[in-house]
Amino acid sequence: MSSQEKTADLSSPKNTGKTGDVVFKTIAYAAGTLILVTLAAVFLFLLFQAWPLIGGDQSKVTAQIESFIPAAHNFWQYVGPLAFGTVLVSLLSLILAFFVSIGIALFISHYAPKKLATGLSYVVDLLAAIPSVIYGLWGGLVLVPAIGPFWNWVAKYLGWTYIFQGPAADPSRTVATVAVVLAVMILPIITSVSRDIFMQTPRLQQEAAIGLGATKWEMIKLAVLPFGKSGIISASMLGLGRALGETMAVLMILSPGYLYSFKLLQASQNMTIAANIAAQYPEADQQYGVPILIGTGLVLFVITFLVNFVARKITEKANV
Amino acid sequence: MTEENENKNTISVDATAVKKAPAKKKDKQLPVIDFDRFKTSRSYAAARKRTDGFMKGLIVLAFVIACVPLVSVLWSSIAEGVKRLNLNFLSFNMTGVIGGMPTPSGGYGGVLHAIIGTLEITLGAMVISVPIGLMCAVYLVEYAARGNKFAKSISLLVDVMSGIPSIVAGLFAYSMFAIIGGPGTINGFEGSVALSLLMIPTVVKTSEEMLKIVPHDLREASYALGVSKQRTITKIVLRTALPGIVSGVILAIARVIGETAPLLMTAGYATFTNVNLFSGEMTTLPVYVYQQYILRVTCRPGMDGCVDTIPMERSWAAALVLIIIVLVLNLIGRIVARVFAVKSDR
Amino acid sequence: MRKNLFIRSVAAVSGIVMLASLAACGDNTSAGSNSASKNTETEKISGNFAGAGASSQQAAVDAWIDGYRSIQSGAKVTYNPTGSGAGVTTFLSGATAWAGSDKALGDDEVTKSEAVCTSGTAFDVPVYISPIAVVFNLKGISDAGKHINLDAETIAKIFDGKITKWNDPAIADQNKDLTLPSTDIKVVHRSDKSGTTQNFVSYFKDVAPDAWPYDLSENWPNNVGQGAAKTSGVVSTVSQADGTIGYADFSAVGKLGTVAVKVGDNYNEISAEAGSKVIEDSQLDDSVKGDNRVVVKINHETTAEGAYPIVLVSYDIACPAYKDANTAKFVKSWLTYVTSDEGQQTASSAAGSAPLPKNIYEKVQKSIEAIKTK
Repeated sequence: MSSQEKTADLSSPKNTGKTGDVVFKTIAYAAGTLILVTLAAVFLFLLFQAWPLIGGDQSKVTAQIESFIPAAHNFWQYVGPLAFGTVLVSLLSLILAFFVSIGIALFISHYAPKKLATGLSYVVDLLAAIPSVIYGLWGGLVLVPAIGPFWNWVAKYLGWTYIFQGPAADPSRTVATVAVVLAVMILPIITSVSRDIFMQTPRLQQEAAIGLGATKWEMIKLAVLPFGKSGIISASMLGLGRALGETMAVLMILSPGYLYSFKLLQASQNMTIAANIAAQYPEADQQYGVPILIGTGLVLFVITFLVNFVARKITEKANV
Repeated sequence: MTEENENKNTISVDATAVKKAPAKKKDKQLPVIDFDRFKTSRSYAAARKRTDGFMKGLIVLAFVIACVPLVSVLWSSIAEGVKRLNLNFLSFNMTGVIGGMPTPSGGYGGVLHAIIGTLEITLGAMVISVPIGLMCAVYLVEYAARGNKFAKSISLLVDVMSGIPSIVAGLFAYSMFAIIGGPGTINGFEGSVALSLLMIPTVVKTSEEMLKIVPHDLREASYALGVSKQRTITKIVLRTALPGIVSGVILAIARVIGETAPLLMTAGYATFTNVNLFSGEMTTLPVYVYQQYILRVTCRPGMDGCVDTIPMERSWAAALVLIIIVLVLNLIGRIVARVFAVKSDR
Repeated sequence: MRKNLFIRSVAAVSGIVMLASLAACGDNTSAGSNSASKNTETEKISGNFAGAGASSQQAAVDAWIDGYRSIQSGAKVTYNPTGSGAGVTTFLSGATAWAGSDKALGDDEVTKSEAVCTSGTAFDVPVYISPIAVVFNLKGISDAGKHINLDAETIAKIFDGKITKWNDPAIADQNKDLTLPSTDIKVVHRSDKSGTTQNFVSYFKDVAPDAWPYDLSENWPNNVGQGAAKTSGVVSTVSQADGTIGYADFSAVGKLGTVAVKVGDNYNEISAEAGSKVIEDSQLDDSVKGDNRVVVKINHETTAEGAYPIVLVSYDIACPAYKDANTAKFVKSWLTYVTSDEGQQTASSAAGSAPLPKNIYEKVQKSIEAIKTK
């Protein structure tokens, strides 16, 4: 830092410093702009690659789509059930993971002894980093055989509800099982974000509630949860986003089908966009098959874009 | 506030210092407490106590429920993985591996090529995303004025970008290289491009936070000495924030190193060792796990030493290697963060 | 201190890079492969050659690559099992030397190939004949290593959801020596487009057309049972539950039970030789466009003794002439090796494929001879 002593003379700032300033600022500005450009490029490149879908020979597009799913005759009929499956599986996993995550987050932030809590938050962060392919491997080889009897039980006693209509598929490579795996995957994410929020709850508010004679749960209900509301929403949206785009776990477990179906315990009902791309991509032909798949990818991109955008808006509003 | 919260899953230990600052803003939003509810009455107090106990039970139950699958994932990876994880597995690739038969070296093929592919592709992604992400963060923190529309939209888009599904990132890289290099172009660098798309938002967000906690006194002291803005940033701000940034980058790497889907379509599949990132197909560990998962072999009479279940065993072993790499990276990131943490709050 | 850290991390990174460049090995070479003493008279070929295509061939191609190295140690051959569709597309773009495909070329693909091949059009030759096993998992039968006997009509009805119990009289009558449980039959089929599916249902279409009302397609036509992605998905799904039945390439069946299929008056079990026999009894498809093409019309109605009629014929697709003479030389010697007795035996022991029968082999040889290496 010795060189800076010279520049301390305010009357004659070094010229090189000024040039460096401009260059550096330009680079920083360019990097910021690049983010905009990249996102636009993602959209444009995908659109360009999917163009044959709109500008190409429509009869060939139809033929190609029919070779993917005989029942679908145009792109929207093809992507419709896939988008439905994607949203269904993700929402289910979010429902499964949401309450459990909030529970763990509260456990870590307010119930567990401090030492245990530190250890647990560390473990949760590590679990968030476990690759999805490993969850897929585990789901396909360990969970599917293990969870079968449970789904049978559910189908037997809750079969009267439409969604749990039996007989449960055996092996249970079903939407229900996939939702469980995805829930396990997004659990650490939701947990770690909401835990951080809960820990930020002002001490004074908590102590005030306790001081007024509130029980621990009442304190949480009065002070912690209202404070963390926007954080919880943004955490859930983050989890939802991850579930929407999840490929490997779905691909490795789900028995695919292309129906608008809520039968969670039966096989060959739904499929997600991302897993469908990965599954069909190798056998798709370059001329029309790949553009169709890229088109579905574009739809997925738009869905996740909207979810993230809405989440951001919600939290912004809550923060004002 | 939001972007900070969303980030906590990646940088939580070292950021405890930051939390105090935004918390103050929240004081305005005091919850309305209905004091009548705390009036004492014997039965009411008992009911409240019961609710409290019930909720405590539920929360502990949630914790226990969550533990079952998570422990199971780790346990099966370790228990199944150690079966095939040995030096031979780490020092050979998959060339010359026929069905379930042992190779001349006595092993059953290995992951050397996948480890090399993983390292190179991830390194490529790092080389692309760290400068871009870091400079973007510098722009957002140091240059953009408060309430700047452009900066606001950038940070919004960074948020959106962090939600891009990995398979879309793969399709993007595939499309880009198809336009540049002709359809069907496949190489390791294409995978790096796809991964960097996933990595940039994480790098931007963590760097942004780290830059924000560099005390303003430092910057002002530097300006007061007449140091130019660029020098202040590079020599003072970035240097102070370096450990945090390094640990953020390491955690971002740990995140993308396990990506599978984008690499399936961009980097392809190879059984041999390919060290050239810019030409030819490359296999990474997650792709290897998947390829082995979908591989089946059959042993027939007369095939000595043939193992029926070898693809699954290789798959688990590679998964274990991957978990170890991810955990070690996480550990390093955290240690870097803790040891060199900026002492800001004083 | 900080600088130190930076330097250290740079050193660590460059260390990793150096390690990577040093470790460009790890190949599992068999002990005798470097000697190359066997065929001293053959011309040496060196270079890197890539193929891509059908994943069904993967097990066999792995074995061929290993065996080929003992003949041409200088040639480095790679095969990417991307799938038939992608394989042919890549081949037509000129990026690979040959393609593997579960189905013969289409007419427009033949026309398109003029652009890649310097003269003439691409041709396909059968290289890998794999029996398709009807696999099942049934407590007390398959885990005891027993086979089950079924005729085409019964199999078709099972896969069409018309027969739903394992002890259905139609099944029991053909298996008098087995005590069949009353377990529900769970059908498992491919959910992705697949040559295996098309070959499998074309057997029903030919032999039991009354029991199989659907059109031929690479997609599974009905909604019976569970779909599963890829051969591996079918095999895992079948093995994870009791009472399942599915179909898969013989190289992937593992320890699952297989169905013995009725041919003439006998029930023939699946085996490599049995698969060979049906091809021996089949005709070539003369209607295909283009020269040198060898496309087999599988005779599913064969009554040849010991034949197993459900087979998948997988082809290698190559050009009669290449821009690069070295590539042409390689493709010629590769195909020669692959279709030779030695190559077919290698594949048979590694993947359980059926060796090419003599009559087909001669036709294939003629086509390979047509590759111009000058």
